[in-house]
Amino acid sequence: MKKVICLTAIAAAFALATPAYASSILDEYRNQAQQENPSFNGFSAERGKAFFLTQHATGKAETPACTSCHTNDPTQSGLTRAGKSIAPLAVSVSPDRYTDQRKVEKWFRRNCNSVLGRACTTIEKGDFITFMQTQ
Amino acid sequence: MLNKKTLFAAALVIVAGSSVAHADERYRPISDEVVKKECGACHMAFQPQMLPKRSWIKIMDTLDDHFGEDASLDKETNDDIKNYLVENASDSGWWSGKFLRGVADDWTPLRITEIPYWVREHNKEVPNWAWSDPKVKSKANCVACHPRAAMGNYDDD
Ligand code: HEC
Repeated sequence: MKKVICLTAIAAAFALATPAYASSILDEYRNQAQQENPSFNGFSAERGKAFFLTQHATGKAETPACTSCHTNDPTQSGLTRAGKSIAPLAVSVSPDRYTDQRKVEKWFRRNCNSVLGRACTTIEKGDFITFMQTQ
Repeated sequence: MLNKKTLFAAALVIVAGSSVAHADERYRPISDEVVKKECGACHMAFQPQMLPKRSWIKIMDTLDDHFGEDASLDKETNDDIKNYLVENASDSGWWSGKFLRGVADDWTPLRITEIPYWVREHNKEVPNWAWSDPKVKSKANCVACHPRAAMGNYDDD
C-alpha cells in the first residue's frame, strides 16, 4: 500500500512539474509508439508532410484532406467550411499549438475521422506534430 | 429643388426607416463560456433562440456527423451544451418567437437557414450573387454581413 501511495505521489509530482509544451506531448506519443511497436525508430517530418498534403478521401465527402481546411501552407491561416478563420498550424507562427493534450487529442479524433474515416495512428500523430515543429 | 432641407429630410427617412425595419433583430448573446468556445470553434456560436428544442437535441445527438464533419465531444461537455441550448430554444419560453412561425410540430429542422423566418428575411434583402462571394463562403457565416452577430445583433444588412 505504501508503495502505491509513494508511486502515485511521484506520478502526481511529475505530472505537475511537467511543463506543457509541444515536445512533452510528442514524448508521450513516442512512448506509446514504442509500446505499440518495438521496432519503432522515431517520428519523421517528411512522413508528416506527406500525410498532411495527401488527398485521403476515405472519410466524409466534404473533407478529403487536412488541407481542405488548413490550406497547403501550414504557416497560413486556414478556413472552416462555415467560413471561420483557423490560426496557422505551424509552430513558428502559432507557438501555443500542441501544448494542450486534451485539445490536441480532441482535434485528431475529429479531424482524422472526418478526413480518413478512422482514427489516426500514434505514428501519424507524432509525424504530424514533428512536421509542424519544422514549419 | 435639392436643397439642404430636402437632403436632411431624406437622410432622416432613410435612417429612421432602416432602424424601424431592423431594430428587432436582436437576440440574447450566449452567456455560457463552454457553449461559446466549443460551438464557436468552427463557426459563430448561433443563438439557441433560432431553433426549437427537438432540433438542438438531434444536433447534439449526431455530432459525429455534423453536416459532413465529425464534431463530437466528450459526453459531459456534450450534455452541458445540450442543456443550455434546450433551455434557451425558440420554444422554451412563454413567448412564441418569429423563429417558430411556420415550423410544423412534426418537423425537426437542422439548419437555421431552413427556418421560414430566416428564408423570408434573406430572400427579401439578399441577392443571389451575394451568397457566392468568397468572403461569405457559407450561409452559416453570419458575421460576413452581420459583423455583430456573435453579440446577437443582426440589425445591419
Ligand atoms: C473541416 C475542417 C478541418 C479539417 C478537414 C481538418 N482540420 Fe484540423 N482543425 C480544424 C479546426 C476548426 C481546428 C481548431 C481551431 C483552432 O485550434 O484554431 C483544428 C485544429 C487542429 C489541431 C489542434 C492543434 C492544436 O493543438 O492547437 C490539430 C492537431 C489538427 N487540427 C490536425 C488536423 C489533421 C491531422 C487533419 C487531417 C487529417 C485536419 N486537422 C483536418 C479544422 C479542420
